[in-house]
Amino acid sequence: MMQASSIEYVIEPPKRFLAIDWPELWRYRDLFLVLSWRDISVRYKQTVLGVLWALLQPFVTMVVFTFIFNRMANIQSGDGTPYPIFLYVGTLLWQYYSGTLTKASDSMVANAAIIQKVYFPRLIVPATAAITGLVDMAIASTILAGMMVWYGVRPHLMGVALVPVLVATAFLAAMGLGMFFAAINIKYRDVRYALPFVIQILMYVTPVIYPVSMLNRHPLGKTLMIWLNPMSGVIATARAALLGKSPVEWSLVGISALTSVVFFAFGLYYFRATERYFADVV
Amino acid sequence: MSKPIIEVQGLGKRYRIGASKERYLSLRDEIVKKLSPAWRRARAGQGEFWALKDVSFAVQPGEALGIIGRNGAGKSTLLKILSKITPPTEGRVVMRGRVASLLEVGTGFHPELTGRENIYLNGAILGMTRREIARKFDEIVAFAEIEEFLDTPVKRYSSGMYVRLAFAVAAHLDPEILLVDEVLAVGDAEFQKKCLGKMGDVAKGGRTVLFVSHNMGAISRLCSTCVWLDRGRVSALGLARHTIDRYLTAGCARDSGREGAPGACSPDGAVRLNALTVVDAQGVSRMAFPSDQPILVSLDIDVPRPSRDLCIGFDLSADDGTVVLRTYQNDQPEHSWPVVRVGRNRLVCTLPEGILNAGRYWISPRVGLHCRQWLLHVDHVASFQVVLAHGVSPLWSALDERSRPGVIAPVLKWAAVRPGTDGLADGPFSGYENASGLVPVPQVARDSIGEGR
Repeated sequence: MMQASSIEYVIEPPKRFLAIDWPELWRYRDLFLVLSWRDISVRYKQTVLGVLWALLQPFVTMVVFTFIFNRMANIQSGDGTPYPIFLYVGTLLWQYYSGTLTKASDSMVANAAIIQKVYFPRLIVPATAAITGLVDMAIASTILAGMMVWYGVRPHLMGVALVPVLVATAFLAAMGLGMFFAAINIKYRDVRYALPFVIQILMYVTPVIYPVSMLNRHPLGKTLMIWLNPMSGVIATARAALLGKSPVEWSLVGISALTSVVFFAFGLYYFRATERYFADVV
Repeated sequence: MSKPIIEVQGLGKRYRIGASKERYLSLRDEIVKKLSPAWRRARAGQGEFWALKDVSFAVQPGEALGIIGRNGAGKSTLLKILSKITPPTEGRVVMRGRVASLLEVGTGFHPELTGRENIYLNGAILGMTRREIARKFDEIVAFAEIEEFLDTPVKRYSSGMYVRLAFAVAAHLDPEILLVDEVLAVGDAEFQKKCLGKMGDVAKGGRTVLFVSHNMGAISRLCSTCVWLDRGRVSALGLARHTIDRYLTAGCARDSGREGAPGACSPDGAVRLNALTVVDAQGVSRMAFPSDQPILVSLDIDVPRPSRDLCIGFDLSADDGTVVLRTYQNDQPEHSWPVVRVGRNRLVCTLPEGILNAGRYWISPRVGLHCRQWLLHVDHVASFQVVLAHGVSPLWSALDERSRPGVIAPVLKWAAVRPGTDGLADGPFSGYENASGLVPVPQVARDSIGEGR
């Protein structure tokens, strides 16, 4: 018990950038698990529908969007996939991305009480937000499975193996931006007002309700969308892989993975560079 | 092994004054500012505030160090640096052991979760692993006395239960170094006693404890050594008793902001309170008074037009805002009223010994024309601390206690009366000294503590 010399650490004025302390993150894994579990178990407390909300939201979105964009605005999936399932794949990933981005951005402020009173690697907080979104997505995926049976679509076998890669890409992209916004949000609460707006705009420049091929006549727009927004490649690839109507474009997977890593690295850098003053500023 | 477990060398922490205002600047302003080096140079050195400066000390393994000082002296900043919540601006700290900090009980409690779930949540936040929590779970529940509410969301807990549970989790941390910030100011008297006991066990169990508190009784009981911080610097460091003595007897003269009330005057400028001081019988201004000596409250007041119905006085209130009493210079029979003259007056009120409880009291001056209007009505102009010292019974356990339950703590008369008679018919205290040879048993102290829950 009293091997006091087993751990020794030094507290000094911070240097400009500190590398991530992996052993420390590992030591705090229990806190990460407990905080994730807290967010998940609290999520639908004192609601009548409970977990059904995780199903209801994407389902209703799908129904309404199908009516508006497909029936009224006559947007098609482009490769013969039934529009509802085409849309649902996009909605599923998009809601994960936007939800994670929103929660991660707000996470540091929401947990200000803990941050000001206890030390732990701050990275845990936005990471928790990204994990809880995964649970909602997993629940909502059951509807996708049902729709796949209903419409009789057959996924590429190869494509199913790609799903974890796509989810990881979405995770990195959302975390990257989320960490950046979380750090800014601590000082400037503008983020809270700007973000819903930004996310709304982002949805329209991401191929959620339309296929990437719709931009074939606007090569510049298409290039920008693919290179600046990792979610474009993720959603397009997920459709190709899961719905099996068009081939998986490996270049898209590569570009998305690359850009999401860049986003993540940028967010992480900004977060790490500012995190030590969080407790002073919150 | 003789290496100190905590070494603090030249620690300093600087804050920018007005940093909170900057928050409302727009992002654009911030960017412009960042880009213009001249602007930055102009800012450097101005509007700075050192919350801590040149703080150095060392703590040996197993030592319990108390940290005292007035509000804003840097105590909490020091603990925040030691617990890595905020980085220092200069200096260096070496810690040799697992640290747990307790800057608040119930950190991260979630109202929607049950007591059971919150134990795991709070434990993890405080740095325990799930296995550790599982091992100590029953102990924690027993300590908090919440067995039957374990599966109730804590939002339905009474505040007492909430605090008990929160402290119970914290008390079962098992670090080598424990940093504690005034968490004992919670719960009822009985639970506070239990908490202090637990803290004592931790200290005696060979763990190193750093303890910030305003409760001198607790510090002197738990800590062997003590640091007194004054405006960010170490003012005294040494044996707890000596440091506390020096701290308590330090006059407030050089820091009169709290004691005096310059400029407090009535709306029409008719009456002006120049100073309000709290002194002991020798006229010495102190921060803390033993309860076995009278406390003198002196008001220096300018009165342009004395009038028969001018009431000058104050409210004495406890730290939680409860008004203990209101007193005026003309409460006594008319012939013994102090004379209020035109111009400067100094009126002194004596709060007799043996009445006030331990704790902080506030004085809010009240000047008015009887039943007509307030001339001066300012809250919390001065404060002072009382340390319990007037219990003469061997069973008056005040020395161990932060305070007794109750706003005041007077020693009252007790008598034994023969059963069967109503006692009072013979005159209440006629048999006080000799009623059937029974000696009044000073059971008061113990009973009143027992009823504290």
